[in-house]
Amino acid sequence: MTLIILTMTAALLVAGLFFFFAATVGFLRFPDLYTRMHATGKGDTLALLLMVAGLALFNLYDNFCWMGMVQSVKLLFIAVFWFIANPTATHAVLRAAFESGVTPWTKDGTVIIDKTEGEGA
Amino acid sequence: MVRDLDDIIIRTCARIMVPFMQVYGLYVFVHGHSSPGGGFQGGCIMAASFILLATAFNIKEAKMRFTEKVNGIFCCLGVFIYAGTGAVAVIFSGNFLDYSRWTNILPTNPVMARYYGMALIELGVQITVMAVMVSIFLDLVTGGSHEEVMKTDD
Repeated sequence: MTLIILTMTAALLVAGLFFFFAATVGFLRFPDLYTRMHATGKGDTLALLLMVAGLALFNLYDNFCWMGMVQSVKLLFIAVFWFIANPTATHAVLRAAFESGVTPWTKDGTVIIDKTEGEGA
Repeated sequence: MVRDLDDIIIRTCARIMVPFMQVYGLYVFVHGHSSPGGGFQGGCIMAASFILLATAFNIKEAKMRFTEKVNGIFCCLGVFIYAGTGAVAVIFSGNFLDYSRWTNILPTNPVMARYYGMALIELGVQITVMAVMVSIFLDLVTGGSHEEVMKTDD
């Protein structure tokens, strides 16, 4: 039982670290704002859920009492609100960037979205 | 400058988040004795909930929920609670903020009186910090005019 719980905790933490790493690589390597936010907005959200799930599971194993369960539920609350807040914040940043005229990156530098055309639509 | 985007995603999520942020501010305040937190941090979280409301909607909408008159009253109320807690100890021949003198009016021992006294001044700190943070935000975002700056580029 101990081995199963510890293995699951380690697997969740490693999976979370993998997604954090992927999000960071995407943030550093991608060419413009939209693609960077695309990487971090999705990667960080899932990675934090995995990390918090692993920590909550380990806390249940390590501190198995009423208060330990309450602490685990509090940790899961963090994940729930992160799931609401982080995609919304990403959306808000991208929407603000689009409204203020940041053009998406293309490989040959052509403008694929004409900002003046979409205005007011 | 400040434009009314009317974005339903941001507005809905802000409406969902704001009550939980305020409850979390109270949680941080209440658990300030035994864990990281306290009046200042809780007040900042509650002010952040108001600032989220003001940025997701607009300042006029936010001011309807928390008018500047109430804001000014809260600024003073927190300081009054803090100083009043200390002054009651002075009335009962203690030093300023010597909460153990509260045993004269509270049916507890001095240790628990100190506990409640600290909770009371933290309450004062929380109210003042919240109101002053909101006040600073309104001053900064409106450039001191306290009116909505909207659609200056249209």
